[in-house]
Amino acid sequence: MAVKTNLEAVRDTLAELMERDPSILIMGEDVGPRGGVFQATRGLFDRFGPDRVIDTPLAELSIIGVGIGLALHGFRPICEIQFADFIFPAFNQILNEAARYRYRSNGAWSVPMIIRAPYGGGVSGGLYHSQSVEAFFTHIPGLYVLAPSTPYDIVGLLRTAAQAPDPVLFFEHKRLYNLVKGEVPETYYEIPIGEADIKREGSDLTVISYGLTLHEAIKAADQLATEEGIQAEVIDLRTLKPLDMDTIFASVEKTGKVLIVHEDNLTGGWGAEIAARIAEQMFEWLDAPVMRLAGPDVPAVPYAPPLERWFMPLADKIKAKMRELAEY
Amino acid sequence: MSVVKTITSSQERKRGWSISLAPDLLPVEVPPPFDVPPLSVEVLQKMYHVMLLIRRVEEYLLDAASEGRIGGAMHTAIGMEANAVGAAFATRPDDYVTCTYRGHHHAIARGLDPGQVIAEVLGKASGCARGKGGSMHMVDPEHGLMGTNGVVAAQVPHAAGMALAARMRGEDRIALTFFGDGAIYQGVMHETFNIAAKWKLPVIFYMENNKYSEMTPIWRTSAIEDLYTFPKVYGIESIRINGNDVEIVHAAVSWAAERARSGEGPTFIEAITYRLAGHMAGDLETYRTPEEREHQRQADPLLVLRQKLLDRNVTEEALARIEEAVAQDLARAVEFAETSPWPDIAEAYTDVFHL
Repeated sequence: MAVKTNLEAVRDTLAELMERDPSILIMGEDVGPRGGVFQATRGLFDRFGPDRVIDTPLAELSIIGVGIGLALHGFRPICEIQFADFIFPAFNQILNEAARYRYRSNGAWSVPMIIRAPYGGGVSGGLYHSQSVEAFFTHIPGLYVLAPSTPYDIVGLLRTAAQAPDPVLFFEHKRLYNLVKGEVPETYYEIPIGEADIKREGSDLTVISYGLTLHEAIKAADQLATEEGIQAEVIDLRTLKPLDMDTIFASVEKTGKVLIVHEDNLTGGWGAEIAARIAEQMFEWLDAPVMRLAGPDVPAVPYAPPLERWFMPLADKIKAKMRELAEY
Repeated sequence: MSVVKTITSSQERKRGWSISLAPDLLPVEVPPPFDVPPLSVEVLQKMYHVMLLIRRVEEYLLDAASEGRIGGAMHTAIGMEANAVGAAFATRPDDYVTCTYRGHHHAIARGLDPGQVIAEVLGKASGCARGKGGSMHMVDPEHGLMGTNGVVAAQVPHAAGMALAARMRGEDRIALTFFGDGAIYQGVMHETFNIAAKWKLPVIFYMENNKYSEMTPIWRTSAIEDLYTFPKVYGIESIRINGNDVEIVHAAVSWAAERARSGEGPTFIEAITYRLAGHMAGDLETYRTPEEREHQRQADPLLVLRQKLLDRNVTEEALARIEEAVAQDLARAVEFAETSPWPDIAEAYTDVFHL
């Protein structure tokens, strides 16, 4: 077992994939000699050369658009969007082209590409370097949307994503890059797309999350167990789309109470879809309304430290919400 | 008065930089399409004051960042001050300006109080955006600064829109938009070129070409080096200037502003400059050599202007007085920002509608 950070998990797996599969290319802003702003591609330019680790202009639309062309013709590009906040110029290519090529060509073509995008707040990034953008993409049929949050899950899912026949959005929480360390087996393994993982077992209530708030939820659950004996089950979605409803339903059967936590803002967030599915299909198992805790509905994550702290749904807030749910 | 003409060798290209500003390599002069009348020493001394103040504010901010007092990415324009100051002195307070996340220099040059600039970067309630925005989001509507912007090229079309609005309202205001060399390949840039040219909008496109698109040298991602040739294709008058000489910047922008106000349409200015500090605070600058940076220091716009003043018989004592005044301005600004409170949580919900 090697202990790695989330960032090392990304970087080492990218190297491994490129070593194994010559059709894999990396494209993005500053990904070459600079190794990316977060150093996720450090060393890859020296190792694989400028033809496979490509510095692009600062133009997200063409990063994705050209990536689609490569994917249509035998390559598997891994496109880096430097910050998820910058993905929107490329939105048309992702939504109208990448996600729909298979459908509109009667299955003749598909777009096997990965779009990696660091997302999330808690890094004093301010308005345009802190956003959680996943709900825009989970809405779109035709995309896989992954958001693994531990080194083990990043390695396993990145390996699987690199074999997926269709486009994968691979969201990496930037606050977790160097914050989280975890064991990664030396032996090869993969994690299937669409499988959630129970990160903490419990019987009193279910917490569903991903990203930074997943780790905060685990922290809150541990505290609540020690302090008040409340045992929360914490589900890490890992894949946002397709959702692993089986794991969610099994947990709801057990606990009867559900809290969904994400950093993306509340209204129209992915939690709304999960809550709706639980309400539709698990109504009789519920002992309390499905609750949500999310980033507040303000236009952006504000910069000033007190305001950013206020925005982020971290352990204290999650614990309070869990207590409220437990007492319902 | 020289206007920079690029020289490049394949050797330099391999080393990762393709242009030199330093005097020994400031080479071929091409005649500018505008006059560069010498400015009065009074004006030049005022410009020196503002440029030096910008420099000192940003040096303070870099120190604060290294002490961990500033989070996130903070981008300074150290070495690029002449662009902001020359342009600000050549336009009117009621003209519109939009610019990039590297925008402290524009904010101060436009007239935003440096205390409010520092306070915003520190995230204080007294900052120009009341702490909501931080370093990348300077705003000062009073001085026409309609916002610095965290997304590359996102601010460019806004200038065209404001220019169109000004003309439709019968005003003779113009819009000036700043961006870097890295912005040239964003699609919206080219979409805006065509609109501005076709509608003859009173807008100035001002590229601060510091040779690096964030942390990648522009030669690595661009097939051509003469970036000012793009707008020509769209029918826009386009020139290249030395952006490290405030007098040239002032003359070029004055000329472009006059064209805009008299209905001759947009102008594109590619100003060759150089970022002497990192892309952002804490940048290890692994993509260029210290030798390159030191070489470029010879063309530091502050040195250029200081020498110009000495050459025009301004005494060392007079310059020292300006430098002392700048030190006092900085001290006042820092005191104001550091003693300001954090924003109240309620601030997060101000200027939010339809919750």
